[in-house]
Amino acid sequence: MSAFANILAGGVFHAAVLFLVAAGLQLVFGVQKIVNLACGSFYALGAYFGITFISYASHLGVSPWLIFPGLIVSGILLGFIGPPIERVLRTVYGRDESFQLLLTFALVLIFQDVFKFIWGANPRSLDSAYLIYGILSTGNFSMPVYNLFVILAAIAIAGGLGLFLQQTNYGRLLRATAENRSMAEALGVDVRRIYSAVFTLGAVLGTTAGALVVPTAAASLDMAIEFVIEAFAVVVIGGLGSMRGALVGALIVGLIRALSIVFFPELEVLAIYLIVIGVLIFRPAGLFGRSLV
Amino acid sequence: MTINPAGVAALIGTAVLLVLPSVVPPYYVGLMIPFFGYAIALLGFNLLFGYTGLLSFGHAMFLGLGAYGAAVMSGVLGVKSFELVLLAVMLGSAVVALPIALLCARYVGIFFGMLTLAFGMLFYSFLFKFYHLTGGDSGMRVPRMNILGLTFDRYNKIEFLAGPFYYYCLALLIIAGLVMWRIVHSPFGLHLKTIRDNSRKAEYLGVHVHRFRLAAFVISAVFGAVGGAILAFRVGLADPELVYWTQSGQLVFMAVLGGFSNFFGPIIGALTYTLLQDQLQSLTEYWRSMLGIILALIVIGFPGGIAGLAFDLQRRLARRRQ
Repeated sequence: MSAFANILAGGVFHAAVLFLVAAGLQLVFGVQKIVNLACGSFYALGAYFGITFISYASHLGVSPWLIFPGLIVSGILLGFIGPPIERVLRTVYGRDESFQLLLTFALVLIFQDVFKFIWGANPRSLDSAYLIYGILSTGNFSMPVYNLFVILAAIAIAGGLGLFLQQTNYGRLLRATAENRSMAEALGVDVRRIYSAVFTLGAVLGTTAGALVVPTAAASLDMAIEFVIEAFAVVVIGGLGSMRGALVGALIVGLIRALSIVFFPELEVLAIYLIVIGVLIFRPAGLFGRSLV
Repeated sequence: MTINPAGVAALIGTAVLLVLPSVVPPYYVGLMIPFFGYAIALLGFNLLFGYTGLLSFGHAMFLGLGAYGAAVMSGVLGVKSFELVLLAVMLGSAVVALPIALLCARYVGIFFGMLTLAFGMLFYSFLFKFYHLTGGDSGMRVPRMNILGLTFDRYNKIEFLAGPFYYYCLALLIIAGLVMWRIVHSPFGLHLKTIRDNSRKAEYLGVHVHRFRLAAFVISAVFGAVGGAILAFRVGLADPELVYWTQSGQLVFMAVLGGFSNFFGPIIGALTYTLLQDQLQSLTEYWRSMLGIILALIVIGFPGGIAGLAFDLQRRLARRRQ
């Protein structure tokens, strides 16, 4: 039983990180109708920067209690790369979606070399930095407290995003733009600024996820390309453009991954894509998506 | 008699490729083999993308089917005739593509792209994880096969690739090009273009949209398998990297680089990409970002690709002459 709880805890942790990246993907797709492959690169950027931050912090002897908030702050600060990248994407708004997809693919290629240039080609990891807050254990169940923090942070961010989108004025403007861009524009919404803000917010979600995951996992050049595919699966399962879908999809993918790693290691990735295909066949718009076909 | 500029360009291109091995060093001749493989695969890919308007982001799957099919046929079953292997992978690819097409071709746009991506990744993880069947990440060996019943024992591998196999692949590319030219200029091809431009109107006119999309998908898969078999023959290995989604992205890249709205665009794209990648790789370890920047520039500034640029140039010259 407790072994099962361990697996579940691992799955939920993975789901928390996945949710953040997928939420960024959803936000950008929902409002701008662009599938942003580069969200995986934002994730990797956060991770690499997180490594640098933690090594400096431990070098300077910063209290471990500042590490976690520090990682979140660095994730947010990295969001500054959002506006210039959005400026580049602006050139293909209104063009065929294959062009938009390709441009973000080009960004993935460019980013990969930027990481290689700054942080080198070898994977970088930190020695058991996830143990800085100790381990929570009862009986056979054990979980690093750090992982718990990450899960709580993801829940808080999910709640905050929900409140922001549903309750605030700016959130209403975002949703109106997502619903009908030209009508929103006609009613006086500054769509250009909204796009820039949404893209930046999406980038921040990605970089924060990356920064938070890095104490538990290595940062590598392939992580962007691997993770964006997983986030993609989340989004397809949950439904393109739906925040609730991102949450449920992330939980499904995270748990399936955790379970299959233990029980059927061969099926790890296979299981995820079987579900993706199943969802696309029976509910093409995803579990929570509105029909776009 | 009117002279078809496309036909003239194709003839000149063929002539250049025919004399190439006696002019340039063997290294570049060897480099042409992947070009032939990609060009054949892209001819098929562009039937789907350029002519039917369906962007597949998992097309590398069919390269992989060709490569692994060749590995199984020659390595496991001991078939030594490359023609037989080609026939087998074409058939196998069509058989695999049909059920996938039945599912994917119901969708268009981003959903089609995502579904093909998912199938591609499914195939990739199968190749990667089922180690005892596929060799996992180390792949499967593809032994040397004979072409047209001739073994060319006197040649070592490099001589063989730069000599007989080069002309063999060139012939394959010409055949594939002629077949595809027939396909896109037949009533079938016109149907596909109609579907691309306005699928609802096509349906009103009595076109079986779904059936035509299916056919285009299967044909493109068959071309992809031929390309994959050529690629695997050259390296002597079928490995899962050939199926990874970045490889599918690379196929799209080549098509856009050459210009997907032109029949010859994908071939030009395959050639340019192969040479460009080779040059950049020897120039800098950051060749990926160079390719990324080029891709971004094309997408932003020259959506017609190289073929589109050439077309514009030709039209501008013609106007000046008037």
